[in-house]
Amino acid sequence: MRTGRHFHILILLAAVVAVQLLTLVAGKGFYLTQFTMTAYYSLIIIGLCLLMGYAGQISLGHAGFFAIGGYTSAVLTTVDLSAYKGSALTGILIKLSLLTGRQDLYGGQMLSFHPWAACVVAVILTVIIAYAIGVPVLKLKGHYLAMATLGFGTIIYSVVLGTQKFGAADGISSVPAFPLLPGLVVSGAPGLRVQNFYIAWGLVACGMLLLLNLIDSRVGRALRSIHGAEDAANAMGVDTARYKLNTFVLSAVFAAVAGVFLTHFNGGIGPSEASIMKSVRYVAIVAVGGMASLWGTLIMSAALNFLSLRGYFGSFDDAVFGGVLVLIMLFSPEGILQFDARTMVKKLFQRA
Amino acid sequence: MFLELFFQYLVAGLTYGTIYAIVGIGFNIIYNTTGIINFAQGEFVMLGGMTAVSLYAFLPLPLAILGAVIITMAVGGLIEMVFIRWLVKPSVLRMIIITIGISILVREAGLVLWGEGVRSLPYFTGNEISALSFGGVRVSPQVLWSLGVCAIVVVLLNLFFKFTMLGREMRACAANRDAATLCGIPTRNMITLSFVLSAGIGALAGCVVSPITQTQYAIGSGLAIKGFTVAILGGLGNSMAAVAAGFILGILESFSIWVMPTAYKDAISISLLLAMLFLRPSGLFGNREAFKLKDF
Repeated sequence: MRTGRHFHILILLAAVVAVQLLTLVAGKGFYLTQFTMTAYYSLIIIGLCLLMGYAGQISLGHAGFFAIGGYTSAVLTTVDLSAYKGSALTGILIKLSLLTGRQDLYGGQMLSFHPWAACVVAVILTVIIAYAIGVPVLKLKGHYLAMATLGFGTIIYSVVLGTQKFGAADGISSVPAFPLLPGLVVSGAPGLRVQNFYIAWGLVACGMLLLLNLIDSRVGRALRSIHGAEDAANAMGVDTARYKLNTFVLSAVFAAVAGVFLTHFNGGIGPSEASIMKSVRYVAIVAVGGMASLWGTLIMSAALNFLSLRGYFGSFDDAVFGGVLVLIMLFSPEGILQFDARTMVKKLFQRA
Repeated sequence: MFLELFFQYLVAGLTYGTIYAIVGIGFNIIYNTTGIINFAQGEFVMLGGMTAVSLYAFLPLPLAILGAVIITMAVGGLIEMVFIRWLVKPSVLRMIIITIGISILVREAGLVLWGEGVRSLPYFTGNEISALSFGGVRVSPQVLWSLGVCAIVVVLLNLFFKFTMLGREMRACAANRDAATLCGIPTRNMITLSFVLSAGIGALAGCVVSPITQTQYAIGSGLAIKGFTVAILGGLGNSMAAVAAGFILGILESFSIWVMPTAYKDAISISLLLAMLFLRPSGLFGNREAFKLKDF
């Protein structure tokens, strides 16, 4: 099992390199932009896969966590604190190099938070909110859980849309690049396209490795027991509430990190990222991937997100995801990779 | 002046309350017979309103509304037969995802059919500015129409469930599906019927409030959340309580505009929903002990 896991990650990395080389040979370097965005969306989706497929808890509000991450980062890196330059607090922040100066659009000097500081704040904020929401929400089951998470997503959406500080319907733009390490920058600049492609997929590979290790451990077995029969798991001494909560928070953090990176990559974020349709889309992709299959989910996420971002579905974008959702759940609830046409046809004729 | 304003908000609250109540009843009818929450419930309201507006182009108003209700009922029945009827003991998660998918499909179909434009039926009596005055409080006749229709729907539903054979069979199906099947009740048909019925009620609500609230392809999901809030608030499965809860939510929302920006209006109902789910999921009027025994 151990070698298999690392072997699969290596295949993923090989596929990533192959895609980059293919686009290079085909002269379609611009495809990498969509592949990079696909990677960040995939990061949310594999996190949600852990929650839905392994812990068996649905969340229709994951776009909310993505938005919390993205918006926190966007606000902190675009806020201008140069007016408070003299104050003691800003002095301390500058000393700790949490604040950086840069030029704004009009050539003036502005002082705002360093993207790393913003990223850390975004993750901490997400963890706090996810815990606060998770404690009551995860006591619910079935329809109630679905509706409560949907409600959470809707609240985040209406707050983002209705608040002037978050740019209301326009969102926040001119978010600066994110200098990860010297020489590594998350940014949408065309010159950094290849670099960003590898950063994004490297992040996905790290995420996958983390999740694969997790589900193969004591925690993973506990989660599967919760999915199978929560009461039985409880009776066997599994602290189901704690496992569910931690999984919820972990998947929220995946969403928030994706939000932070994608916001820096796109140079902005808008309220549509927080919309319910996005949350439903993530759920759809996890369902198509087969719920409890991280690799299936990743493959489907890469395919569907890329096609959607390249605009292959045209104005039927949402309809495609709705249709996919219904078809998969009707005919192959174990995911498209498990679809068995022969038994399906047999079943249909048996009934008739 | 203060008192007049108060009553004005109250009337506005009642108007929205009726539509929430009717959507909530729709949830309950399907929940009672199938044990599932139909996330596409709000879409029936949209379909009803939009179809009526389209039919009104060449039919008189009452016929247009009747046609819209019948067409939506057919769509409701069709949805059940195509997507749900043949599933063998589907899990709750699967049903949630399927009905969400259906609601997206219906909404997108609405977008293709009718575009993004906002439409509305004409006022049933009078027009936008005609108003009846009750001691200084001005009430649009359409508000009375929607209150009246809501009352008639509730009374008829009660009579149907209490005194007709079909209604009793549906209640038997709700109480215990296996036992109902053993008694020779065609439970599968009852489920289809519950979809037809709740689609019809939703469509009627969509027609009645269309002059006041307007109809657009995307109104469904918002209404679904409100309707669900109402259903939970009253206690899932209890249609009469849903009406009371509908008015409570409508009035709360209406008064919230008084003190808060309109943009947060939706957040009120959802916060209320979350609070109810956390504190008292059996609903305001529900029985806690009975709720614990329910399988949801």
